[in-house]
Amino acid sequence: MSVRAVDAPTTSTLARRIGLERTVTLVARLREVGILLVLLATVVVVGIQAPLFFSVSNFEQILLNVSLIAIVVVGQTTVVLTRNVDLSVGSVVGLVAFATGDLLKEHSLGVAGAIAVGCVLGIGLGALNGLIITVGRVPAIVATLGTLYVYRGIDFLIAGGKQVSAIDLPRSYLGIASSSVAGIPTLILAAAVIALVAAYLLRNSGIGRQLYAIGSNPAAAEVVGIPSQRLIFGSFVVCGLLAGVAGVLWGSRFGSVNALAASGLELQVIAAVVVGGVNIFGGSGTVIGAVLGAVLLATIQNALLILHLSEFWLLAIDGAVILLAVTADAAIRGYFQRILMRTGRR
Amino acid sequence: MRWRRGSQFATAGMAILALVACGGSSGGGGGTTPTLDIAFLPKAVNNPYFDVAASGGQEAATALSGKFKQVGPSEATGAAQIPFIQTLTQQNVNAIVVSADDPDAIAPALKQAMAKGIKVVGYDSSPAKDARNVFINQADSKGIGVVQVQMVCDEIPGCAGEIAVLSATSTATNQNAWIQAMKDELASNSKYSGLKLVKVAYGNDDPQTSTTEAQALLTSYPNLKGIISPTTVGISAAAQVLKQTGKAGKVQLTGLGTPNLMRAFVKDGTCKEFALWNVKDLGYLAYYTAALLVKGTIKGNPGEKFTAGRLGDYTIDSNGVVLLGPPFVFKADNIDQLNF
Amino acid sequence: MSAVAMRMLRRWETLLVVLLIAFVVLGSFLSPYFLTASTFSNLTSNLMEKAIMALPLALIIIAGEIDLSVESMLGLGSALLGFMYALGWPLWIDIPLVLAVGAFGGFFNGMLVTRVGLPSLVVTLGTLALYRGLASVVLGPRSVSGWPEWFTNFGFGDVPGTVIPWPLVVFGVLAVAFLFVLHKTWIGRQIYAVGKNKEAARYSGIDVARLKTLLFVLSGTLSALAGVILTARLSSARADNGQGFVLDVVTSVLLGGVNIFGGEGTILGVVLAIFVIGVLRNGLTLADVSPDTQSVAVGALLILSVAGPTLVRRISAARPRRQLTKPVSNS
Repeated sequence: MSVRAVDAPTTSTLARRIGLERTVTLVARLREVGILLVLLATVVVVGIQAPLFFSVSNFEQILLNVSLIAIVVVGQTTVVLTRNVDLSVGSVVGLVAFATGDLLKEHSLGVAGAIAVGCVLGIGLGALNGLIITVGRVPAIVATLGTLYVYRGIDFLIAGGKQVSAIDLPRSYLGIASSSVAGIPTLILAAAVIALVAAYLLRNSGIGRQLYAIGSNPAAAEVVGIPSQRLIFGSFVVCGLLAGVAGVLWGSRFGSVNALAASGLELQVIAAVVVGGVNIFGGSGTVIGAVLGAVLLATIQNALLILHLSEFWLLAIDGAVILLAVTADAAIRGYFQRILMRTGRR
Repeated sequence: MRWRRGSQFATAGMAILALVACGGSSGGGGGTTPTLDIAFLPKAVNNPYFDVAASGGQEAATALSGKFKQVGPSEATGAAQIPFIQTLTQQNVNAIVVSADDPDAIAPALKQAMAKGIKVVGYDSSPAKDARNVFINQADSKGIGVVQVQMVCDEIPGCAGEIAVLSATSTATNQNAWIQAMKDELASNSKYSGLKLVKVAYGNDDPQTSTTEAQALLTSYPNLKGIISPTTVGISAAAQVLKQTGKAGKVQLTGLGTPNLMRAFVKDGTCKEFALWNVKDLGYLAYYTAALLVKGTIKGNPGEKFTAGRLGDYTIDSNGVVLLGPPFVFKADNIDQLNF
Repeated sequence: MSAVAMRMLRRWETLLVVLLIAFVVLGSFLSPYFLTASTFSNLTSNLMEKAIMALPLALIIIAGEIDLSVESMLGLGSALLGFMYALGWPLWIDIPLVLAVGAFGGFFNGMLVTRVGLPSLVVTLGTLALYRGLASVVLGPRSVSGWPEWFTNFGFGDVPGTVIPWPLVVFGVLAVAFLFVLHKTWIGRQIYAVGKNKEAARYSGIDVARLKTLLFVLSGTLSALAGVILTARLSSARADNGQGFVLDVVTSVLLGGVNIFGGEGTILGVVLAIFVIGVLRNGLTLADVSPDTQSVAVGALLILSVAGPTLVRRISAARPRRQLTKPVSNS
């Protein structure tokens, strides 16, 4: 096996690590601040045009709409950091959503029981993804494209053309989505807690650092002794679990679930991750950034509605935002890579 | 060398396909056998409304000793219905009973089926006129539109304010006919001069899309006084949203829905009244009509009269349409009467 | 290395032919209506738009990139066609304009990938949304119908006297052209070279940027063409035409043996894969299996098609004892 010097600018295993890590963190923070600024700018511009936008209830509405996607975004970020991608999240959410709803409808399993089963199902589906990728050595994009089909197909098999309607679901379950804790809606709280915990773990734990290392240079990570395969498997399990959590809450939020639930979610999630500054090739980006990306996209959507702009512009604007975000990222990264290259060659 | 091997495989592959293409008969015409093999093709499966209609079709099938099955796409689009029509044609069914997502998109496939002798009966939402033998309309389109405007006027205090429509898909024939009737009624009848239709939103008969569209309506039109949703999926999604956002009672809701789905919402006042027809009868009548066409008892010509089992006598009008009956208004005091 | 690779490739297409035969047999067992003439016409006509988009996508993936925006360019093409036709412009003006827009869209993708240096996965994810969004802006929720009969006959009907749908003829011509270019010309060799090793290709004088941009332009143009054909087949121009197609297209290319990391793959494999999926789906449809349930089979097929050879390789590598006396030269 040829042992070349690993790419100087992106390694985190050199002695210059300390200077490098601080720089990387700085870039990450800058990126998050960047999204926050764009978010604030959007809010101010729209708010001037339509004061209605500024209301607490409206912001609450935006955050409610984003909460479920944000949970999935956290999981996806974990995977993307390792230079992989999980295209099956939409199908996982849908399958868990229907399974949970069906359990509550047909089998009168307690609400807690159904939620537990849903989460376990999410873990299982994520683990299967992980297995196919680590043991089967199938590239993540291919594996999760396949499981996207398979999981959605199983969803349809179970559903058999039926749907679970609001009247079939227990009040306590439906109440989760409309309940609040200390004035903050439960869903928003759940998403925030999950995001903050994940952000903390990724930044401050050894495992978190190892995930970043795997993504920025897989070969170097192996050389240094990081158990990449195990960690990648773990990241897919986490992604599956979080998608499962979102699935469990889905029925509560929307009232009705059929086999089409969460179709196309994966693209929304990846868009949020990308807009949030996470490098699609892994190694850099933060959970907070990704969640902010999701909030930004949801805010733009809400703004369009408030301004009575044709919602048909929404998708085009989403696409433009993605392209702008990535171009900006590339520019920033190029700039910092040039700086790091200079320090690396000293 | 590899190229030659490759071309061998290409030839082998194409030969197999050619075998499939030329081998076997191209299938005889439908309707030559005395059995009644009739299939229902709704706008989409996963829709409780069409499940109820299917039960009516099944009832008719049992009464006539015929076969019944229901197939359909999971997404309510014309493009998705085409492969099902083609498959049914290949399977040589005697008749297809179809509710069209897009009247034109499925027309070529339906005409192909008709050319093979398969009878085509539209129900709920009509395909293009020349792509079906008869269309079973649940009620007069104008009447359906008018009754919904009437209901929303009754519900809104003072019968004045902004209203919006939450429809299904933008191409559905029935939806567009009803919405047009609503617009005409709002414009021409002075009783509704205080009502203003600000938006028609499309929920695509998908619970999720309908939910987000309903939320969007509430967000972008904060002074909204009423929502009309002429689709069972839409009205139940809107009811759910109104409850969750606490706007039930402030924003009135009406439209077309099934009693079972809407019962709780009527009882707690979220939706004071809504309309529908007997959906099961619709399915029953559609199957029966298709069966009579297959047997040759009727030809589908304007003016023909026939008896449809327990429902009684019907006449085909000049446009090839059969009317089931007038719409039925559900309120708190009668909602327990029907179970579907 | 290349000798082994060639053997693998040949084995791959063999596998696809075997699968094709197997699914034909399966189909005929599942339903007595399978082996009929109309089967061929039906299964191919529903596939052709995806098949046409798969051809340039194969080239793009071999060159080491990806294009997810194909289905949205199809939608934009359909929407523009409907918009212009509804204005009264005749089709012989509309269609070339739509193709031109497709070319431009592809050019835009190409520029972002080659000049700005952005990853194609993300760029085409953005244009997947952007182009579909533009389609919605152009046509809104409405649909345009009322097309001339020759147009709808082209989209939906067969060549008179045969069971060959017209779009299949278009696809056939394109497939032969792509086959020739990829396997017989220097452009094809450049594509493989770029996919295998971008830097080495550049050092050997290949204009990588121009080549990739060209491929994206091709992809955009053919996607727009697919949009025209779909509009003809459905007799309906809509902004959401083709939504959801991209997964099937990518699956066809990957199942066809094209390596997602670039550098490997054949047009023959892709064509076979398209028909393998088509035959499987049609057979299951005739047996009244819903399309969504069929997806389980397609997804599993995709995974196995990539995992299978890897596992086979690992198993045969785990049998080393006897081979040691005659080492085979691998690079």
